[in-house]
Formats: sequence, structure tokens, C-alpha cells
Amino acid sequence: MRRRNQRLAMIGAAAAVLVLASALTLTGLRDSVIYFVAPSELAHKAHPGQRLRLGGLVVAGTLRRSGDGVAHFQVTDGRVAVGVRYAGLLPDLFREGQGIVAEGIWTPGQEFSAERVLAKHDERYMPREVAEALKQRGEWRGAR
Amino acid sequence: MIAELGAFCCCLALALSLAQGVLGLAASNKQARAAATAAVAQSASVACFAAFACLVAEFVRSDFSVAVVAENSHVDKPLLYKIAGTWGNHEGSMLLWCMVSTLFGAALASNRGRQRISLWSRAVGIQGLVSAGALIYTLFLSNPFARLDPAPINGAGLNPLLQDPALAAHPPMLYLGYVGMSVPFSLALAALIEGRADRAWAEALRPWTLAAWTCLTLGIALGSYWAYYELGWGGWWFWDPVENASFMPWLGACALVHSAIVTERRGSLASWTILLAIMGFGLALLGTFLVRSGVLTSVHAFAVDPRRGIAVLVLLALALGSGFGLYAWRAPKLGAPAGFDPISREGMLIWNNFGLSIAAGVVLIGTLYPLIVEAAGGGLISVGPPFFNLTVAPIMALLFVALPFGPMLTWRIGDFGAALARLAPAGVLALATLGATLALCNWRAVPAIGLGLGVWLILGGVIYIVARLRRGEGRALAKLAVLPLSVWSMTLAHIGAGVLTVGAIAETQFRAERAVALAPGESVDFANRRITLMGVGEVDGPNYVATRARLRVEHGDDVEALSAEKRFYSTSPMPTTEVGILSGLDGDLYVALGEPVRDGGAAWAVRLYLNPLVQCIFGGALMMALGGLLSLIALLRRRAGAP
Repeated sequence: MRRRNQRLAMIGAAAAVLVLASALTLTGLRDSVIYFVAPSELAHKAHPGQRLRLGGLVVAGTLRRSGDGVAHFQVTDGRVAVGVRYAGLLPDLFREGQGIVAEGIWTPGQEFSAERVLAKHDERYMPREVAEALKQRGEWRGAR
Repeated sequence: MIAELGAFCCCLALALSLAQGVLGLAASNKQARAAATAAVAQSASVACFAAFACLVAEFVRSDFSVAVVAENSHVDKPLLYKIAGTWGNHEGSMLLWCMVSTLFGAALASNRGRQRISLWSRAVGIQGLVSAGALIYTLFLSNPFARLDPAPINGAGLNPLLQDPALAAHPPMLYLGYVGMSVPFSLALAALIEGRADRAWAEALRPWTLAAWTCLTLGIALGSYWAYYELGWGGWWFWDPVENASFMPWLGACALVHSAIVTERRGSLASWTILLAIMGFGLALLGTFLVRSGVLTSVHAFAVDPRRGIAVLVLLALALGSGFGLYAWRAPKLGAPAGFDPISREGMLIWNNFGLSIAAGVVLIGTLYPLIVEAAGGGLISVGPPFFNLTVAPIMALLFVALPFGPMLTWRIGDFGAALARLAPAGVLALATLGATLALCNWRAVPAIGLGLGVWLILGGVIYIVARLRRGEGRALAKLAVLPLSVWSMTLAHIGAGVLTVGAIAETQFRAERAVALAPGESVDFANRRITLMGVGEVDGPNYVATRARLRVEHGDDVEALSAEKRFYSTSPMPTTEVGILSGLDGDLYVALGEPVRDGGAAWAVRLYLNPLVQCIFGGALMMALGGLLSLIALLRRRAGAP
């Protein structure tokens, strides 16, 4: 009898863990997924305060640093340019005129506040999201 | 000439692998046939080894008429990175995959052990087919020996970020692990064909699984360590899809290591062990597909050729299709499991498998979800660290709560009360850690639970050793020397998991980070340290020029020098960051040099991090890998000693 109770308890615990894992997965997929937007989609696709990935080309000549070391630059998809601010060190592969993805929070009327900036890994690679956005805009000049 | 010789050896290896598959699968009990199968498997490995050696020779000679060499090497590169360049690219790494697969096939063929000759022969045959699949893919879709005409005068160079000792060793380690999972797969399929999976079978399976798991652990740790000191932002795990691609097979291998113990020692769970072996290899192949096909939004994926992706998918479908098909057909024939209580060693190992499998499933969902959404036209999304932290961490936490009970319980029927009583000191100290962390850190639950679990795992391991010493007669110290190696190795791996947990929690929850602009001579106070920029100058390296910042770090009475660099390689338009790291008792001071700050004149952007206990992360992973290695040694020694 004791053994059967133990077995039932174990099966119950396993079911509970399974339910917990499924619930966490579903919650995670609903809340923690980060959408990718191009600068021209920001105004109509994004909610203020939402965490987003903004992808595009860094507009040449727009990178400047304020006195506290915060970098400011503009990102464009060929239609709209959006200002981005980033307090961290820019990645090694960050260059004006090249594709980057900035992850952070957008508030209307302000610069996009980036918490992470991803640049292409080497001179041949571009974040896929950027490539897709540029292809859609007909701005694509790459080989692929 | 060498390239053509290599291509020839490759074709030879393919033919021999196919012969190995046919001979092995047409199993017979005749010794002569078995000897022939083994000889063919060994020849295949020699041929594939020769092919790989040819490619290494082409890299060392810098023969730029070979396309792969021209695209990935350069005459100025140090010799180590010329050699490492062989597997730092798609084609070369696939050839490495083939070579490891044929070598494992030969090793499997040379060690029959106590297995039945027909089972062993079929396993060798299936391993031959696995090698053949990989060789077909390599020869026809990513031929490393393709020539360029005209040959360029110099090569394009290896991505400077990849010119690093840890990263030179990272791919071979991972591949040993990935391909290592193919041997349990072959053994599992052979057992299904035979309709029998007994304890001798599990005995043959265990060393391979342990070896694969150890290599995966080490490979992942090396990659993580590389990311930590090379990428310049102090991160060590990003839940990047490519990292997940290696983490999923690791979880699978980890579960298999544990379930194979049950099958070997108790003869039960055979059917589950077989299923795990199939899924583990499936996850390893999926990892290869994700990395090699370029389907992922990832900083790692460097192969972009849809044909290759489709080919790997076909191989994956063949392996999983034949595996699951055979399983559905034959698994019911496997014997009935031996009975055991839920509270027992077996029960705990099932918990372990349950938790690890769920974790692997969740990681799989998170990794594939963006691809599915995009294919369904739902737009581009990314599933990042928040998702994985939310889902994987609680599952691992539940697993870790149960972990120390496993070794404490006996087989079949365990005494939970006695185990709990023994573990009480660890539990009390873990709860004390939890409470103290809660009180000191503004009632934040994550660091409190994490550190509590780490302490629980570490002390649980120590208590297990003490309990082993108390068992039986005689003085405890005298027994210390004769404690079996398998006890030490398991405890070391489990304590390693605890050390890793402590390091991971401390690093992610308590890291300090600050960006400053410093002119030479200026100082900044950071994390109880006074950091002064002494100067910035140019330095010449073997194949690069560096801008080097020299810093002075005053910490209490200690004064130490530290330098951080930005390196410019002639072959790459992009600079790389060489961070300065000063390890102390409270963690690593981690300094990355940025750009000159334009508005401020001669000042430089410098980013400072204090990463508390970060070395525990890599130390813990090393302890786990060492535990796996010692366990493997213990297993092989026991085999050698057994009649």
C-alpha cells in the first residue's frame, strides 16, 4: 500500500513539474519574445515602453558621444532614420554605414534607448534581420 | 598533389565506410566475418585520418590554390592558428566530423568486450553508415579539397576573433562530443535490431556516453571562456541559438550517462536508455544543422548555402526516422523492467532524466520557435535570455534540490528519512545561505535560491563522501585512500555543478559595471579599487598592430599593473578587443578599452566590470568534466580488471 502511495505521489509530482514547465514556456513565449522592427515600422508596430530589436544601417556621420561617454547615432532602413542612444562600449565591429541590431526600449518622441548593440560578427556577416528588412525595402546590395 | 591525395583518401574512406556498413549489418556469428568487419572499419579510419592530415598539410604549407585555405588562412598567421584554421571553417570542420566518426567506428570495432558478436557487428555496421552519410555530405556538398584557379597570392586570413588558443581547441572538443553521441546511437539501433538490450550492452554503452558528455562539457566550457575574455563585454553565456545547439546534446548526454547506469547495474530502463541514445544523437545532428545551415539569427552561423541545410536535414530525418521507426517496432520486445520503489536510487535517476529531458525540450522549443513563427509568416522575433532564464532555471532548481538524495539512497528500496537525516546539515546551511542572502540583498529571491542551491549541492557532495567513510569498520582516514574512484568522480561532478551554480548566480546577480572616459593620468574609483590610466600607446604584434592602454590598479595595499588592447589585423578591417583581467578573491576586475572620446579630446572610453566569482563558473565546469574523465577511467579500469 505504501509503495502504491509513493508511486502516486511521484506521478503527481512529475505531472506538476510538467505543468509548471509548460506554463513557464507558454508565459515565456508570450512575454519574453522580442520582436524585430525596422525604423520605418517603429511608429505603427511598436508600443511605447516595449522591448524591441531595432535593425538597420548606421547613418554615416551621425555617431557622436556626449561627455558622459554615451554614444548617439542614427539607424535607417532607407526610409526613416531613428536616433539611438547607448551607454555601453560599442562592439568592435560597429561602424558607420553598416548593419546593426539595437535591443532596447522605445518611447515616442525620444531616442531609442539601447541596452545591447549587436554588430555583424565579421566583415562578411550581417544580422539576418537587417538583411531581410533591407531586402524588403529594395535596398539590398549584398551578394546573397 | 596533396589536395588530390586528400580527396582520394576521402573517397576511399567513403567506400570503406559503406563496406563497413554492409558487412556489419549482415551480421553473422562467424569469427572470420567479424575480423573482416573490424579490419574494414580500421582501414576506413586510417583513410579518413590521412585525408584530414592532407588538409592540415595544405594549411601548414599555405597552399592557396585550395579554396578553403585561401579563404581562411594567411602566410603571416602563427603556425598554431594555421593548423587550427583547418577546422575553423565549414568544410574543414565537416572533414573533422567524418574523421572522428570513422575513428570512433574503428575504436568500437576494436573493442568488442563482453558483447554478443552479432550485436557488436551491427553496431559497427551502423556506425559505418553514419560515417558514410557524413562523408557523402562532405565530399559532395562541402568538398574541402576544391581547387581555385587562378590561385591567389595570399589568403583572406582567419577571422582574428578566432585566433585564440581556447577557440582552437573548442571545435574539436565539441565535435568529439557530438560525434561521440553517434556510438550510443549505433549501439541503440543494434540493440533494437537484435531485440535485446541487456546489462552487457549497457556496459558497452556507458564509456562512450561518458566520453561524449565529458568532451561536450569541456567544449562548451572552452567556448564560454573564450566568449568571456575575447568578446569584451564580460558575458559567458548568451542563450544564443548556436550555444543552445551544443547545450541540448549536452543535456541529452547527461541524461543518458545517468540512465545507462540504471540499465547496467539493475538491468532496467533499457527501453528508455535506447530512446535517449537516439534522441541524444538527434540533438547532436540538429546542433550541426542549426550551426551549419545558417537558418539562425546568430553571430556564429557562417555557412550560407541552402543545399547544405537541406542535406543535413535529410541526414537528420534518416537517422531519427530509422531510430524512432525501429524503436516503435522493436522496443516492445525488450524485456520487462525490474521493479523498484519510487524512493530509491533508480527513482532519483529517473527524476534526473525527467528534469534533464524537460530542460532539453524547453531549450529546443525556445530555439526553434523563431524559425517556426517566421516560416508561418509571423514576422521576425527573437527568443532571448529572459525566456530561457524563466524556463530552464526553475527546472534545473528542482533537479538540484533532488540531486544530493540520489547517491544517498540505495538501489530498489531507499530510506528517504535516513537520507534526509544525513543531509540535514547541508540543508540547514543551504537554508541559512538562502535567508542571509535574502536579508542582505533586498529580499531578491533569485540570488538567494541560487546560492542556497549551490551550497546544498556542494555540501551534499561532501556529506556523501563522509557517509561513505563512516560505512563499515575501521578508521575513516584509512578508508579515504581506498574509496573507489567512481565515488570520487561522481561527487566531483556533482560538486562542480554546485560551484558552477554559485559562480553563475554571483556573476549574473552581483556584477558591477561602469563606463568611464579617462585621460592619461586620470583615476577612477570602482569596486573598492582605484584605477589609473597610465598611458595609451601603439604596440606591434606578430600579425597585428595594437593600441594598448596601461592601467594601474590599487586595491587595498596591492598595486598591480594591467593592460587592455584593441588589435588591428592587417587581414581584417575590424579591430578586436583584448581585455585586461585581474583575478582576485572577490572576482575578476575586467577592463575593456573603447574608442577615443571625440568630444573630450585625448580621453579614452574605458569600460570596467567586476565579475564576482566568475572563475567558479569555469572552475565548476572543469570539475564536472574532470569528474566525467575520472569516471571513464574508473569504468575502463574496472573492465580491464574484470575477467
